[in-house]
Amino acid sequence: MIDPLLAALLGGMLIGLSAAVLLVLTGRIAGISGVVGGLMRPGRDAAAPDDKRWRLAFFVGLLVGGALLRVLYPAAFGGAVSRSMPALAVAGLLVGFGSRLGNGCTSGHGVCGVSRFSRRSIAATMTFIATAALTVWVVRAVFGGTL
Amino acid sequence: MGTVLAALCVGVVFSLGLGLAGMTQPAKIIGFLDFGGSWDPSLLLVMAGAIAVYLPVWRLMKRRGVALNGEPLAIPAERGLDWRLLVGAAVFGIGWGLAGYCPGPAITSVAGGMTSALVFVASMIGGMVVHAALSLSAPAGGRSGGDG
Repeated sequence: MIDPLLAALLGGMLIGLSAAVLLVLTGRIAGISGVVGGLMRPGRDAAAPDDKRWRLAFFVGLLVGGALLRVLYPAAFGGAVSRSMPALAVAGLLVGFGSRLGNGCTSGHGVCGVSRFSRRSIAATMTFIATAALTVWVVRAVFGGTL
Repeated sequence: MGTVLAALCVGVVFSLGLGLAGMTQPAKIIGFLDFGGSWDPSLLLVMAGAIAVYLPVWRLMKRRGVALNGEPLAIPAERGLDWRLLVGAAVFGIGWGLAGYCPGPAITSVAGGMTSALVFVASMIGGMVVHAALSLSAPAGGRSGGDG
């Protein structure tokens, strides 16, 4: 079993490496909410008619990676928390809407944007860590850690 | 075609990184966010490792200005802070803290067979569709349409 701290560091480096490769090869930012959210825009962008193809390819790549992990490293999907289906649905809605309104998530702001020393991304990252920590505290203190 | 293949491969490596890093384990995310309880700092290493690799490459590419496929970098112009950014990030954080999933790990976990992730991702896509339908996007954010 690999040391969790070493795994965190190596996993992070793989995340950074893949984002860097996307930047070098295509000039795009590996922000997951931006990549996937772009698929949800209705219609075709006349200026970039192939825009949705690479986004879809990235999405499929994430799924292929997940399927590989399921076979090679199933422990990656441990650590479940007790959340009801309605709670998960509300959480997903907030993450989908919020990440689009705020133009990014943990990858786009937290990794790519912070690396550019973008003021916006640093502000967004501090904001979402703060509200997430507050939410975790409320779930534990008010609801006893189950929702 | 090159761009599509590159995006596919990058997606695979990205999700392997998420899995190795522990990002696909909601309990670990919630442990990281639980500053008032038994705080698990390991996710700081995920961010540090990712930035340590990405930052120098970004510096190089910024000087170069164009990607290897000849396209300009899709980097948003640095604008000031606005309500969309801060409210959006705040709402995102509440959802992240509720479920312990952010978008990449959740999508990865769908293929990992997690029913909870499937419910989360279906809703997340719904939230994105709602946002697109309301046309709340900030005006002119460059080719990527935003910061990330």
